Amino acid sequence: MKKGHILGLGIIAVAIIIIVSMIGDASTYESFSTAKAMKMKGDDKPIHVVGELKKNTAGLAEGIEVNPSKTSFYFMMVDNDGTEQKVFYNEPVPPDFSRAEQVVVIGSYKNEDLFVADKILMKCPSKYQENDISTAGM
Amino acid sequence: MINTFIGNLGHFAVILAFVSALVTAYGYYQYTVVDEFQKHVWRRFSRVAFYVHAASGLTIALALFEIIYNHRFEYFYAYSHSSKALPVHYMISSFWEGQEGSFILWIVWNVVLGLILIKTNKIWEGPVMLVFALVQAFLVSMILGVVIGDLKIGSSPFILIRDAMSAPIFQINPDFVPEDGTGLNPLLQNIWMVIHPPTLFLGYATTLIPFAYLIGGLATRKYTEWVRPALPWAIFSAMILGMGIIMGAYWAYVTLNFGGYWNWDPVENAVYVPWLILVAGIHTMITFKKSSTALKSSIVLIIASFILVLYATFLVRSGVLGDASVHSFTDLGLSGQLLIYMLFFLAVAVFLAIRHWKHIPTSEKEASVYSREFWIFIGATTLALMAFQVILPTSIPVWNAIVESFGGISNMAPPADQVGFYTKFQLWFAVVLALLTAVGQFFWWNKMDAKALREALVTPYVVAVILSAVIIVIGKVYDLSYIVVTLAGTFTIVANSTILFRLIKKSTFKLVGGSLAHIGLGMILIGVMFSSGYSEVISYNMSGLTYSNSWEDELNKEHVLLWINKPTQIKDYTAIYRGRQKKVKGMPSLVNVNKLKSTDNVNEAIALEDIVYRNKIYFEKGDRVPLILEENDYFQIDYYKEDQYQFTLNPMSQFNPQMGLISSPDSRRFLNRDLYTFVSAINDFEDPEWREDELFDVSPGETFYIADFVTEFQGGDVITEIDGVSLREGDVAVKARLMVMDYDVEKYLEPIFIIRDNQVGRIPAVDIELGVKVEVENILPETNQFTFKVNRYQKDYVVLKAIVKPQINILWAGTIIMLIGFCVAIYRRYDEFKKMRDKGLEFNA
Repeated sequence: MKKGHILGLGIIAVAIIIIVSMIGDASTYESFSTAKAMKMKGDDKPIHVVGELKKNTAGLAEGIEVNPSKTSFYFMMVDNDGTEQKVFYNEPVPPDFSRAEQVVVIGSYKNEDLFVADKILMKCPSKYQENDISTAGM
Repeated sequence: MINTFIGNLGHFAVILAFVSALVTAYGYYQYTVVDEFQKHVWRRFSRVAFYVHAASGLTIALALFEIIYNHRFEYFYAYSHSSKALPVHYMISSFWEGQEGSFILWIVWNVVLGLILIKTNKIWEGPVMLVFALVQAFLVSMILGVVIGDLKIGSSPFILIRDAMSAPIFQINPDFVPEDGTGLNPLLQNIWMVIHPPTLFLGYATTLIPFAYLIGGLATRKYTEWVRPALPWAIFSAMILGMGIIMGAYWAYVTLNFGGYWNWDPVENAVYVPWLILVAGIHTMITFKKSSTALKSSIVLIIASFILVLYATFLVRSGVLGDASVHSFTDLGLSGQLLIYMLFFLAVAVFLAIRHWKHIPTSEKEASVYSREFWIFIGATTLALMAFQVILPTSIPVWNAIVESFGGISNMAPPADQVGFYTKFQLWFAVVLALLTAVGQFFWWNKMDAKALREALVTPYVVAVILSAVIIVIGKVYDLSYIVVTLAGTFTIVANSTILFRLIKKSTFKLVGGSLAHIGLGMILIGVMFSSGYSEVISYNMSGLTYSNSWEDELNKEHVLLWINKPTQIKDYTAIYRGRQKKVKGMPSLVNVNKLKSTDNVNEAIALEDIVYRNKIYFEKGDRVPLILEENDYFQIDYYKEDQYQFTLNPMSQFNPQMGLISSPDSRRFLNRDLYTFVSAINDFEDPEWREDELFDVSPGETFYIADFVTEFQGGDVITEIDGVSLREGDVAVKARLMVMDYDVEKYLEPIFIIRDNQVGRIPAVDIELGVKVEVENILPETNQFTFKVNRYQKDYVVLKAIVKPQINILWAGTIIMLIGFCVAIYRRYDEFKKMRDKGLEFNA
């Protein structure tokens, strides 16, 4: 076998390791119910859940409980299937949190009742509505 | 009054630029294919066409800047990206905040580069400028803003706000011009954001040049000759792109509160990947120049680097990343156009490469393990694998989009812990690279066999081991993988320094580019290892509060709550939060908000007392004080060590009506570490919710407690005038003097009680910092007591995160050395090209 072949095989091997590890480490988008089912099966892998904050009739976020040290808090989130869930986040409340239109929590269930987020991504009302321009032209 | 002229001019320039780009492309195509006798005609024609294109490109940029600079808020771009309060240098940032502006920036760079290429090339002009003109046509089409039926081509930056938004005001008054714009994203109000985008886009633009030479080379069957002129540009491009990446990292470090300079965000990855590939391409091109091997890999890598830049553009601007990134632009509906742009050049490049593949010369002989070609090839392969490892997970949203467009369902998400995920590969790849550069440089400059290699490497190896041992002991690097990183980093530094000194002694400074860049790599590796691997959060919450849930106590609270004036331990420091401040024009220091009262005018306040700094009075009481970006609050935090004052940090936050609260860090720079701090939550001082009334009956001279504050009632005075209230004959006004003590601070609260015609008026004293409101409820003459009504809120506070980042300066120094290395290499390669060109040997390899 030529050196070139060995080298080629080595490259392919590394590439396969990269792909396998990516598939292994890639997270998934779940709903709270599927995430809970995963936890019940003993799968603690962090997953993504997309949803909204629970809002009252006035459109304000409700159920945000900040701990006395202000360094962590609980909130209520509703996923895209409509499941309501209490979530804990071990960070101060992100500044524009209650205004978020959409939140993505990355984490897993601590126990049956509580979801612990390791990270929160927020989509805030954008600076301007791009939808408005798409109707414009000349 | 609406000024439509400038917008029409801009839009006309856009169309002219588009048409002239196509004409230029046609002209240069003819120039390339016609025979010698007609060439000069077509050359003149194409050049004129390109000059027209260049002029219109510059006109587009000037028109847009005129709109922003003169606050023409009738234009949507100015309205949504700038405001009156912005200083000029941030107006420049507003220019490229939007997608359209950044496309214009890219177009302008290409124009400049095109003019340089026309000037510097004799023979390559035709095919290279043909590729250039086509790229320009695609870029200009992104801002064309033409609608044909349902098809929208490009998004024009010159549309009026009344055409962009369907607000009812425009039905009433079509000439309505908004008073002010919505401002620039506060994250971009940073000096690095003024220079980072132009650098990055220059980097993007320059990746086109080696690609254009390559395409020209393939199309005109100059399979090997394209390398010489392309090489200096490829190095230049890698240098600028690298500089852009580093500036971006530095910007993130000084403005964003993500806690670091690199977060493996998809947008960062999208630039990092083409850079890696380009660097790999440079190495194979250099190899080719020396030994006529690796031409095919150079071709593949140069094509890949340009296509990856287009792919990065697609990722960032098409909206496909969605929530996966903090930086990505909003979707302007250009994804289709961007996709066509990328696929067009991919198709052209792949077609040409395949068609000419068998004609491309290769070297038949197998590279020996003791040849430099072999080691460089391994290095390039490592770089390519690094790029592959990053681009694959970054493309997960694209994968989902593809699956969904075929009706499937894909719920794959990016790795939950991005930093950990990427680091675990990239770190080891970087170690391999460092070792390869150390060994590779010896091969490069010397003929080697096993024995010679061993002899050459033994000294650097021993020195590196000793040096690492010192670093490991002093830096307390006890983690095995970090020990390996240290060894690899010092080895490459020592080995390349050896080469460097030998080269300088023996020949000329011109040749040391490679060694310098590789020394930089070693330093970056060590700097990253320390500043990221050993970064330490020191702001653990030590308030002693416990929670009802015991499991929470086991979690590390990485933020600390600082009440105003209350000394709080943060590792070795005692930190005291001293209140909010504003930045004042013409003042060398920040000014506490207690001394200022805001006015209705933007960026203006009135001084409530004399504003003094170092015995110099800058503003007197009652003066109008000009502020710089009024919405920015700087939180003064003093640090003490064993009761000795050390320094003050002023992390910033900005309340922005569009974006909510934005926080920016402030760091204390030491030679061997940074103390990096930012505010992660603040008091809601705008609108306090006062708690229920508390009543106190107090005699003058008596002391009582408001909340935890020792409060001394010093007495009441009858006063004859009050700010803001005119007293009449017969009115009685009494001012109570209360001294409130909060730690080492004494504050005076002076509520006023007025009697007029048996009616009682009360002017409360409010202190937002202490969260206290006091009113004189009543005066009891019989017992000589005052009744105070007290409402409490909470004291002012900030929640702070503080991180120590050791040896971050090694990282910055490493990046600078690497860039210098690139510059030296550019000089050398361009010099070569110029000498050959001037000898008329431009086409000789």
